[in-house]
Amino acid sequence: MIDNRNVSTATLSTASKATRIIGWSALAVSGLALLFGLVISGPEVNMRDSVRLLYIHVPSVLMAYVCFGITLVGSVMYLRKQSAFWDLAAASAAEVGVVFLGLVLATGALWGKPTWGTYWEWDPRLTSTAVMFIMYVGYLAIRRMDFSPEVRSRRAAVVGIISILNVIIVHYSVQWWRGLHQGQTFGLDPQIRDMQYFAWFLGTVALALVGSWLLIHRFRVAWLERQVEESQLVRALAERRREAGE
Amino acid sequence: MYWGFVAAGYLLVIGVLSGYAAWIIARGRALSRDVPEEKRRFLD
Repeated sequence: MIDNRNVSTATLSTASKATRIIGWSALAVSGLALLFGLVISGPEVNMRDSVRLLYIHVPSVLMAYVCFGITLVGSVMYLRKQSAFWDLAAASAAEVGVVFLGLVLATGALWGKPTWGTYWEWDPRLTSTAVMFIMYVGYLAIRRMDFSPEVRSRRAAVVGIISILNVIIVHYSVQWWRGLHQGQTFGLDPQIRDMQYFAWFLGTVALALVGSWLLIHRFRVAWLERQVEESQLVRALAERRREAGE
Repeated sequence: MYWGFVAAGYLLVIGVLSGYAAWIIARGRALSRDVPEEKRRFLD
């Protein structure tokens, strides 16, 4: 065990110059996004003020997609190279993605109640999103199982690759099946324009910055977790050898 | 009617993301105490 009682918290921090810049930028843009999302932009004709929830709901799902994309790339690369970097990148991105996806389900329910009259409907988009949430929670559960680190990482990588199929199903569900959920509100041919579109854009930039900050810090924490796990393993082996020698 | 749901949504997002960020920082600091300084960052 290392004695760090006299070490300053700055030395122990997972922050760096880059993450500080990202963090302060995230706070500044989030402030602007709140100003435009809640004060400057007006209500929409059909959704009224509940449109404001879409400025955080849609960017959250975009961040979840990006995170699960990183999990896919990390999982494939881990199976090819057996590298700790890719394994930890996949795991960190999955956890951050699950947080964003949880927010997607919650803000979607809060948007649905005043707009559809219900918090939840077994619509193809909502159901496939709930399944996606459960699949990635399952991925995180595998990472906490009591296997050897190599077996755990390999099994998680396989689940990380398979789970991406559900991301595709979620994204195209509004085109493949008829349901209650509307098609794309934002995109190349957005249903809303001008100040509302700008408020959504600011929300997207803000959550992209927040997501980047979380991803980098979570990766650094995952790296520390791995170092602690390895040192515990080395200590346990040394103790066993000592006991056997006695 | 709408503003209650809007406020709940924004407070939830801000609360969850702030809480998660605080947990990450605290966990990083706690774990760093048990790891030698030269091994604290990925440098491969």
